[in-house]
Amino acid sequence: MLAMIRKEFRELRRDRRTMAMLIALPIVLLVVFGYAANFNVSSIRTNVYGDQADAVASLLQSPFDSETVDPSGTTTDAEDALRDNEADVAIVANPGQQPVAYVDGSELFVAQTAVGALTAANAKIDAAAGTPDTSGSAQTSGIEVEVLYNPDLETSWVMVPALVGLILAFIGTIITSLGLVRERQEGTLEQLAVMPFRPSDVIAGKITPYFVVASLDMIVVTVLGIVLFGVPFNGNVAVFALGAVIFLLVVLGIGVLISTMSQNQGQAIQMALMLLLPQILLSGMIFPLSSMPWGVRWIGYLLPLTYFISISQGIMLRAAPLSSLWPSFVILGVMAVAVFGAAILRFRRDLAPSVSRDEHATSETPDDDPPPEPATPFAAGR
Amino acid sequence: MNYGATALEVSFGSRPALGGVDLSIPAGRVSAVVGGDGAGKSTLLHCLAGTVQPTRGEVRRPAKELLGLMPSQSGTWADLTVDENISFVAAAYGVGGRTLASRRDELIERADLGDARDRLAGDLSGGMRHKLGFILAILHQPELLLLDEPSTGVDPVSRVELWRMVAETAAGGTAVALSTTYLDEAERSSSILVLDEGVAVASGTASDVIEAVAGTITVAERPTVADRAWRRGRVFHEWHPPPPDRAASVPDKGGFQPDLEDAVIALMLARREAAT
Repeated sequence: MLAMIRKEFRELRRDRRTMAMLIALPIVLLVVFGYAANFNVSSIRTNVYGDQADAVASLLQSPFDSETVDPSGTTTDAEDALRDNEADVAIVANPGQQPVAYVDGSELFVAQTAVGALTAANAKIDAAAGTPDTSGSAQTSGIEVEVLYNPDLETSWVMVPALVGLILAFIGTIITSLGLVRERQEGTLEQLAVMPFRPSDVIAGKITPYFVVASLDMIVVTVLGIVLFGVPFNGNVAVFALGAVIFLLVVLGIGVLISTMSQNQGQAIQMALMLLLPQILLSGMIFPLSSMPWGVRWIGYLLPLTYFISISQGIMLRAAPLSSLWPSFVILGVMAVAVFGAAILRFRRDLAPSVSRDEHATSETPDDDPPPEPATPFAAGR
Repeated sequence: MNYGATALEVSFGSRPALGGVDLSIPAGRVSAVVGGDGAGKSTLLHCLAGTVQPTRGEVRRPAKELLGLMPSQSGTWADLTVDENISFVAAAYGVGGRTLASRRDELIERADLGDARDRLAGDLSGGMRHKLGFILAILHQPELLLLDEPSTGVDPVSRVELWRMVAETAAGGTAVALSTTYLDEAERSSSILVLDEGVAVASGTASDVIEAVAGTITVAERPTVADRAWRRGRVFHEWHPPPPDRAASVPDKGGFQPDLEDAVIALMLARREAAT
């Protein structure tokens, strides 16, 4: 048994990826979870509009941080600010009217915190005025609270658009890398390398089926989310599709990159999981990015899923137009070019290795060379 | 066109894999590359195929459309049927229509895979899978056919069938180069290149290789120098290097005629002793 244990330790020591998963991953998970796993919202971006904007803004207390105070702003400005994700809460306060706080329901935890804080503030106002709120509703004599885009603060409404991205990332990263590594593992990659294919033909031919399957999956998941959970699709389908295609190119590129760094399917799955786990934890899908300290939050801003979630939630729930989502589109576009470019370069290297030194020559005969004369295959007498 | 390589050198990082190897692959002939594990056989074939780039030297190969490769793992797609494998490779090489239909039927019959046309390649036996890999490599009638250990792990009957197909292909005018660890197979080839640790130790016909052994090979029940002896059946064969002094006595061969296996082992021992 001792020999078995020793052998296992030796193998483990030489399997660097498994070692990384065993040692580094728990530490990373502990640190990331410790800092990122935080549902408490300490800061809510708040815009205040209307003639009494200055007065209301001066009364705002933590967690509300007034970002924009515009006495000339209207209800439309408030709704636009939420739709374009420029604020989490927009308050409109005009003389003679009850102030209205519009809350962005697509930011679930922020919205829950905002509604809770506003309800508590209303209760204080009511108590001070001697008119305790017994109805339990958010509408009191203080500030009227109106949750937009997800009025019942349904978790599924926020999760379904994010899950669409996660499913695309899963298929793009794991399934693509497995398909490509299988060619290497079964020795057919070298067969493809000598066939009269251009490297771009091989890459496109390998990736297109996964692209199609992932796209169909995305449609199915989105439609099921709408049918089963009543998630609205308020925005432009074409803009959503454009975002999904760019995101898919990024994750397919990651899948190809993983395949070029893996010798077998086990290694590919390990590496894909190491890249998928941070996307689940740090993309804002589960824990709000705004609640994470910057030491962890910056990782979230490097992950493609973060930007796809901003696009999918923005379009499906808030009907956000391209003009307000363009930063996410641009970042995903840059990621797609960088990741896919690197993946193609590495994959090309596998298929058509470049000349390592300039001191060798390779000659290829032209296709129209005359065929060689037939001769006996074996040495005479054998 | 005489395909092959001249003064070929390959290094993987700082590790030399091939050092100044020459190989000529005439049309219509089978050229075998033999050697132990890590000798550089596969590296040489992959250089010829273009999937490994040499650091120095010249490679002569046809355009991709006229090159066929059978990798050591057979190069078949496990989740495609025999017919689908053939169709895919045919499409890649632009073989279609009646040409494909007749070529497919002819090759499947030659390989005796008629009953397996609809079976997945992954469900075939090792021998059948290798025969399918061979079909894929010759489907487009290449001028240069490279076979990387085509019969390793293949049962004896399938080996015979595979060799028959190799011979027929060469007889049709294709230049064939194959790597093998089976010296009985190499002995049937027109020419043999013996590699050891990336260096060519002998080349030519089987007779040339046997004659290239310096010193003598004897048979004994007990070897005199264990490091220079190898077991063949119930006896030992032993290589005796040529004596530095001509007057010194040479062991009596006792009428023993070494075969290619003895010669290859003796040549490798001689190279390694010379290197140390």
